[in-house]
Amino acid sequence: MTARIGVVTFPGSLDDRDTQRAIRLAGAEPVALWHKDKDLKQVDAVVLPGGFSYGDYLRAGSISRFSPVMETVIEQAKSGMPVLGICNGFQILTEAHLLPGAMLGNNHLHFICRDQKLRVENAGTAWTTDYVSGQEIHIPLKNMDGRYVADERTLDMLEAEGRVAFRYLDFNPNGSLRDIAGITNEAGNVIGLMPHPEHAVEPLVGTGRTDGLPFFTSILKKLVNA
Amino acid sequence: MARVVVDVMLKPEILDPQGQAVQRALPRLGFEGVSDVRQGKRFELEVDGPVDDAALARIHELAESFLANTVIEDYIVKVEEVAEAGK
Repeated sequence: MTARIGVVTFPGSLDDRDTQRAIRLAGAEPVALWHKDKDLKQVDAVVLPGGFSYGDYLRAGSISRFSPVMETVIEQAKSGMPVLGICNGFQILTEAHLLPGAMLGNNHLHFICRDQKLRVENAGTAWTTDYVSGQEIHIPLKNMDGRYVADERTLDMLEAEGRVAFRYLDFNPNGSLRDIAGITNEAGNVIGLMPHPEHAVEPLVGTGRTDGLPFFTSILKKLVNA
Repeated sequence: MARVVVDVMLKPEILDPQGQAVQRALPRLGFEGVSDVRQGKRFELEVDGPVDDAALARIHELAESFLANTVIEDYIVKVEEVAEAGK
């Protein structure tokens, strides 16, 4: 039996179908989860996809964080279930305090959409083992609220513990402190990142590269070998 | 009935590009002498029943966990008397 990976649809999620497709292309079974359900349908891992959940009213991700499904996701994540938050999902993970820091509006105040170069800083997390630390990849980025902030102490701690998982290269698209594009929790099972790996899994679309696919093959390998 | 106001502001050390954009527009509008602008949020909560210590404690909890993200924002809670109807 292959791994079952849940994808939560919140009102306003945009990339849930792309994420399900990426999971399928990687060889795992995508399972649609609904924001009102507490039950995770016995999935082995969860992806919180991109979009504008609950319209991003108040702050990006702040309302979703209190949805019924997140009660269970938070509980399971704390006991080790792999969780990947992409873009809006990253915002939800910081609002839920599963990851430190917070996401704010881009420093230039504009929505941005571009092919972004990144460096994989930590290939030891649940979602990054099919990369190599130091590898440079191109993945699409599109966001309004992508500026990662945390206090100096937290930033130093993330750097020291290798928890900056991805960093922007050549161009900082949103004013994120220390060019941070993605971080992981202490245990390495929870990852949040702003760019969208699910849009870079087929040569025909997106960047024309498949640099995002290793996210989904990494987790599949981890779950199947577990 | 009473009104409770929760003012939420970005912490001073957090960059506020919205406030900066407003500040930069001021000279174009003929407003000189404003060296900094920061933009926040104001929530007005109409509360049924008395705003006693217990109600205030719950509002503080709400502000702390939801209205403000205390990683990046500070908040202040104020009680305002609502003018009597038909004043």
